[in-house]
Amino acid sequence: MKENKYRAFLIKYAEIGLKGKNRRFFEDCLVTQIRTRLELLGEYLVTKEQGRVFVECPEDFDYEDTVAALKTVFGIASFSPVVIIDTIAWDTLLPVVGNYVDTFFPEKNFSFKVECKRGNKDYFMTSPQICVEVGAYLLKRFPELRVDVHCPQHYITVEVRNRAYVYSEVIAGPGGMPVGSSGKAMLLLSGGIDSPVAGYMISKRGVSLDAVYFHAPPYTSERAKQKVVDLAEIISAYTGPIRLHVVNFTDIQMYIYETCPHEELTILMRRYMMRIAETIAKETACLALVTGESIGQVASQTMQSLQATNAVCTMPVFRPLIGFDKQEIVEISEKIGTYETSILPYEDCCTIFVAKHPVTKPSIRVIERSEKLLFGKIEEMVDKALQTREVISVGNKTPE
Amino acid sequence: MEVYLDNAATTRAAESVLHVMGQVLREDYGNPSSLHQKGMDAERYVRQAKKTVAEALKCQENEIIFTSGGTESNNMALLGIAQANGRAGKHIISSCIEHASVYQPLLFLKELGYEITFLPVDRNGLVDLQQLRDAMRPDTILVSIMTVNNEIGALEPISQLAKIVHDANPHTLFHTDAIQAFGKIPIHPKRIGVDALSASGHKLFGPKGSGFLFVRSGVKIRPYLLGGGQQKGMRSGTENVPAIAGLERAVSLFLQEGEVRREKLYALKERWIQKVSELPGTRVFGIFSEDESTPLSERIRKTAPHIVSVGFSDVRSEVLLHALEAKGIYVSSGSACSSNHPAISGTLSGIGVPKPYLDTTLRFSFSHENTFEQIDYVISCLSELLPVLSRFRRG
Repeated sequence: MKENKYRAFLIKYAEIGLKGKNRRFFEDCLVTQIRTRLELLGEYLVTKEQGRVFVECPEDFDYEDTVAALKTVFGIASFSPVVIIDTIAWDTLLPVVGNYVDTFFPEKNFSFKVECKRGNKDYFMTSPQICVEVGAYLLKRFPELRVDVHCPQHYITVEVRNRAYVYSEVIAGPGGMPVGSSGKAMLLLSGGIDSPVAGYMISKRGVSLDAVYFHAPPYTSERAKQKVVDLAEIISAYTGPIRLHVVNFTDIQMYIYETCPHEELTILMRRYMMRIAETIAKETACLALVTGESIGQVASQTMQSLQATNAVCTMPVFRPLIGFDKQEIVEISEKIGTYETSILPYEDCCTIFVAKHPVTKPSIRVIERSEKLLFGKIEEMVDKALQTREVISVGNKTPE
Repeated sequence: MEVYLDNAATTRAAESVLHVMGQVLREDYGNPSSLHQKGMDAERYVRQAKKTVAEALKCQENEIIFTSGGTESNNMALLGIAQANGRAGKHIISSCIEHASVYQPLLFLKELGYEITFLPVDRNGLVDLQQLRDAMRPDTILVSIMTVNNEIGALEPISQLAKIVHDANPHTLFHTDAIQAFGKIPIHPKRIGVDALSASGHKLFGPKGSGFLFVRSGVKIRPYLLGGGQQKGMRSGTENVPAIAGLERAVSLFLQEGEVRREKLYALKERWIQKVSELPGTRVFGIFSEDESTPLSERIRKTAPHIVSVGFSDVRSEVLLHALEAKGIYVSSGSACSSNHPAISGTLSGIGVPKPYLDTTLRFSFSHENTFEQIDYVISCLSELLPVLSRFRRG
């Protein structure tokens, strides 16, 4: 019930506030992200003002949907449903704050504390003065109220700027930096639990994403591919639109299988995946690669294996989950809603031909020697894989 | 070329089925329980459907209960009969190759305190008569054995099994899951001592969401969908008239063309088995191969006309399935047993399929609409794919 009476949200941002001369850029990124996210829900007015972003909602807005959308916008530290008071004239302001308390707290038997932020430094009273006066007014109007400045049940916060704002509730945002403020990276997306979480984590630092998926028909099915598209769709709620590059990897995989020692297959495959991902990344203005690897999780993620796959890249490879346990990764995937999709039982191309005992401590020298056997023919296969890749736009409003 | 060889999974609805369903949904959309003319019009479809199904089964119209399909029919039969007869005894006999919609309700009954005996099968998937005889007890209330197995197409000797059951204990009821059999072979439950029979509409060119349970009159069965008392209180809920009308058309087509369809299917099956057996590394299961003196055309008459289970020694079924898919050929993997589903594959292990074949077996299931040209096309695709795919193996 109370929700419908709010018509606006006041948004506080996280680290952006600490930026110096670049602050404006980050703020603009945040405003753009909030606009893009809310555009799907209706005509919201998003404005920024002195360290705050304000969202004014359309007549028929849905409170729960709006809150859910704001919770997905990186860069938001917290947000509050607010009542906007168009005038800051003192004799109007006081009764409106009183009405606010009357409306939103029908049960008056609680302790409170008034807090004030005075963005408008020309205002004739200071913040402490406003607190005292508002508190006194409320006590007089609602005798049941009690003041408790140490541990109040409710805060009544008044912000005085060009307009005034009153609010009591603070909802946590996802934190981080607005997407797009840190450039773009290429996510190696499989159907597993880890890579979507890695995408989410990197995106939280303001990075927008493209993704690459290696498809190996007929060894991996259309359903496996659909699963990856679904995963990209789920994380795009946070990361914004994703262009998913689907690379047909079958020929390369078969050729490695036939040519090189079986226990090195996974490492060699991953080296070619990294090379292909990097080539696409360069073409699409990405500045880094992102993987869901975590040290020691499987044979291809030992320090030695990571080094062996990393060696083919010139771009930085970010691995945001590197120090995470599986259970910690699972918890995040449950939080962001990818877990149920990730555990659907379709094979991905890394598991289909895996050796019984893959190398766990590959030496780069040995791997490179095996790889030489592929030269002469594999380059053409890589080119073909790159040229025939399918690009799927996931999430709304992807630029074509 | 598109070749649909997954007709044991589901079939394409016949034109007349679509037509009557459109008519019901557009014009005769009344609730059969309504007292007015619209209700009467709708009820007419349900009556006609009972009549047609009764004709196919050679039973009474009041012995048919329409359901949402095979799974519901099996659940209704097993749970309903077990609960209504629980005071007479708590022992139930079934086989180890039943479909999950029989197996799971039986496991549920086991939790409720019933005792279940699962009979083994021989290498052709047949329940051994003597073992059934030995398993019968005075407190056996129900025996449930499928007519046609859905994975390998074994055709159980239902009349002999039912006779053994009734000879051993006249009070024991016999149920058969005939979901893969009805619409493929003639089946007359009352003449062979079957007390309850489950069938599904979408396996015989009818709509999904249609099916029925035959329950011989006099059999004690408890309803488990309670409510408005439709279908004589056995299955509450407004009748799914469009699906029932569609089912009626499908059964009616079967009555007209069943014989011709069956001959076509056996001819397709024979040709298929001959051709596929010539490919290296293949093995066809459940066709009495040990009986070399009998020609194939006679041996397959002891099996269902539409299902063939083929093992391809060196290619995992899922991979071959997708490779065939890329050629427009649609089939099913032969068992639920892959690395990601460590679940039961009753049938294949039940008939003693060697381990390497357990996850390399595909099920090909035909309809009378398939052609010999399609079979030749599938064979040519297989002979092209198998040598390539068998070069690459896990581990």
